[in-house]
Amino acid sequence: MSARLAGLAPWIGFALLLALLPQVFTSGFATVTMSQIGLLIVFALAYNMLLGQGGMLSFGHAIYFGLAGYFTVHYLNFVYEGDAPWVPVSLMPLLGGLVGLFFGILVGYVSTRRAGTTFAMISLGFGEMVTALTLVLVAIFNGEDGIQTDRVIGDDIFGATFGPSVEVYYLVACWCFLCVAAMFMLTRTPFGRMSNAVRDNPERVEFIGYSSQRVRWLAFSLSSFFAGIAGALHAINIEHVGFEQVSIIQSGLVLFMVYIGGAGNFAGPIIGATLLYFLQSTLTGVTEAWLLYLGVLFVAVILFFPGGLAGLIVMHRPIWRAGLRVMAPLAAPYAAFSAALLAAVLGAIGIVEMLYYLSSRLSTETELSVFGVVVDPGGPAAWAAFAAAAAAGAFGVRKTWPAAAAAWSAALAEARARLGP
Amino acid sequence: MMTALKLSGLRKSFGKAEIIRGVDLEIADGERHAIIGPNGAGKSTLYNLVSGRFPPSAGSVHLFDTDITGMTPFAINRLGLTRSFQVTNIFARMSVHDNIRCGTLFALGHRYAWWKTVGMLRDVTARAESILREIGLWEKRAMPAGLLSYADQRALELGVAIAGGAEVVLLDEPTAGMSRSESEQAVALIRRVSQGKTLVIVEHDMGVVFDIADRISVLVYGEIIATGAPAEIRASAAVREAYLGAEAA
Repeated sequence: MSARLAGLAPWIGFALLLALLPQVFTSGFATVTMSQIGLLIVFALAYNMLLGQGGMLSFGHAIYFGLAGYFTVHYLNFVYEGDAPWVPVSLMPLLGGLVGLFFGILVGYVSTRRAGTTFAMISLGFGEMVTALTLVLVAIFNGEDGIQTDRVIGDDIFGATFGPSVEVYYLVACWCFLCVAAMFMLTRTPFGRMSNAVRDNPERVEFIGYSSQRVRWLAFSLSSFFAGIAGALHAINIEHVGFEQVSIIQSGLVLFMVYIGGAGNFAGPIIGATLLYFLQSTLTGVTEAWLLYLGVLFVAVILFFPGGLAGLIVMHRPIWRAGLRVMAPLAAPYAAFSAALLAAVLGAIGIVEMLYYLSSRLSTETELSVFGVVVDPGGPAAWAAFAAAAAAGAFGVRKTWPAAAAAWSAALAEARARLGP
Repeated sequence: MMTALKLSGLRKSFGKAEIIRGVDLEIADGERHAIIGPNGAGKSTLYNLVSGRFPPSAGSVHLFDTDITGMTPFAINRLGLTRSFQVTNIFARMSVHDNIRCGTLFALGHRYAWWKTVGMLRDVTARAESILREIGLWEKRAMPAGLLSYADQRALELGVAIAGGAEVVLLDEPTAGMSRSESEQAVALIRRVSQGKTLVIVEHDMGVVFDIADRISVLVYGEIIATGAPAEIRASAAVREAYLGAEAA
């Protein structure tokens, strides 16, 4: 019984967190942002059914997200005009999911026949094709402008109007919780296990009775279903869907979320979606170089932490469980490494920001401020200061890294000795 | 006695090279049959034809009364034939336990089910536990399969192959690369798990072959030059000449 309770604890915590967040962050911007994070969590987990669970690298998964979004805005508009039967807004994500499922079954039938590079190339091809279609078929997709809608189409089954964004937040939160739980359960079913088996060794799967193609197709279809739910929620939250939502931009963003969060862990995409969207929504207003930073972060994770942020956490779990005395020796080397890394990052950001400023002089900004400090890119002082910080930081990172890694190994060995293997 | 596996006029060419050059072989239900032969004789290719990895260029394969020629591996597996691999072929990132459970799922009828969790399936749990104990990996069941020692990975390879309970078991060099004591354990294990089944084994270690097999076939350059009881094969001058001659060359 206690084991079952311990298993439920994270879910209760997750539900409470979802329920209480709007009580803490009350502004309209925060509410819309949190809704967006919630639906991107669903999208990222759906994507990871392919990448992390099934070993399929897709460059076009936004198709199912975006087409479900287009469907939802159209449906809302039809209902508004009285051309379609009324459906409660709270159930529209399910319709969106079915749209995603439909296209997933269709495209998956072709693309999941092969795994590996072939699959990746086909996904890219379909992604480009659908993006092109959205720009060409103006009657359906309205080109680059996309389609606007109004989600207020009458009282919902629970008395919500979905006028206020906090009501939309709770709708997203409910769907997010349901989808996360469903996708978690899926990993534990015969299908989920076989999906992992196909990822590890598609050939062997064929010799224990399974068609690896069927397993991939099923994974692809189910993943498209959840991507569709996320896309419909996007349409309801933003009340606009454009070609960006089906394009390689969205497909790439979800890949970044999953990879940076950690594809090898169920919680990885949740962490990645939360962090990346939070950074995107806060940094795009502050810096023009956000995409550059995102790219650097992505490359750094691939090179140095292939397990992603979730992988980093998992690496430290035994040490955490072993207690404070095992953890304590990590403090000094980790602090030294973090300080050096921070200096390097701050220095690099300063230089990048000044370069961007100089390259876009025509902007209306009269002065450049980095981290709240006004700097003068015209003189040598700021350049020297940032360059010095970057160089010293880079040097420090190289010097402190071995000690941090050694401290981790020692602490892990100590934790293993205490906890048993 | 019923025939479990029947190969008739089986041929396989890759481009101009004919690797299997007309193999006829009947293996009885419940028999333990070894296939020996020098490197490059086509033993693994023969397995690949029987298990559906490649389609044969000519000839046919029957599993009991069913013609399985050219079927996909999974279709053949569902009819009751399983195989192991010479190079360990497991699910490296999954736990030992999940490797075995995956081996049981289709055979126990759970197919592609996505509405029930594996933990709820009592038949899978029971079968997996008995197999894990049988192959001596019960204590290591939580480990990722890729981190097992070589001998343990070979045992797991065998476990995955037999987990579905197939009637006909094809083993490809199950003791390759093992020490003498590991090899003895493996032979005892193979004896136990092939009880009441039809076993076909490709093996280089003659000690293992003469220990396990009821009958032996000698494959040289894609042809079976002799089939018989171990004593006959040992006594056959033709076998000794062809086999040792080829080996020495």
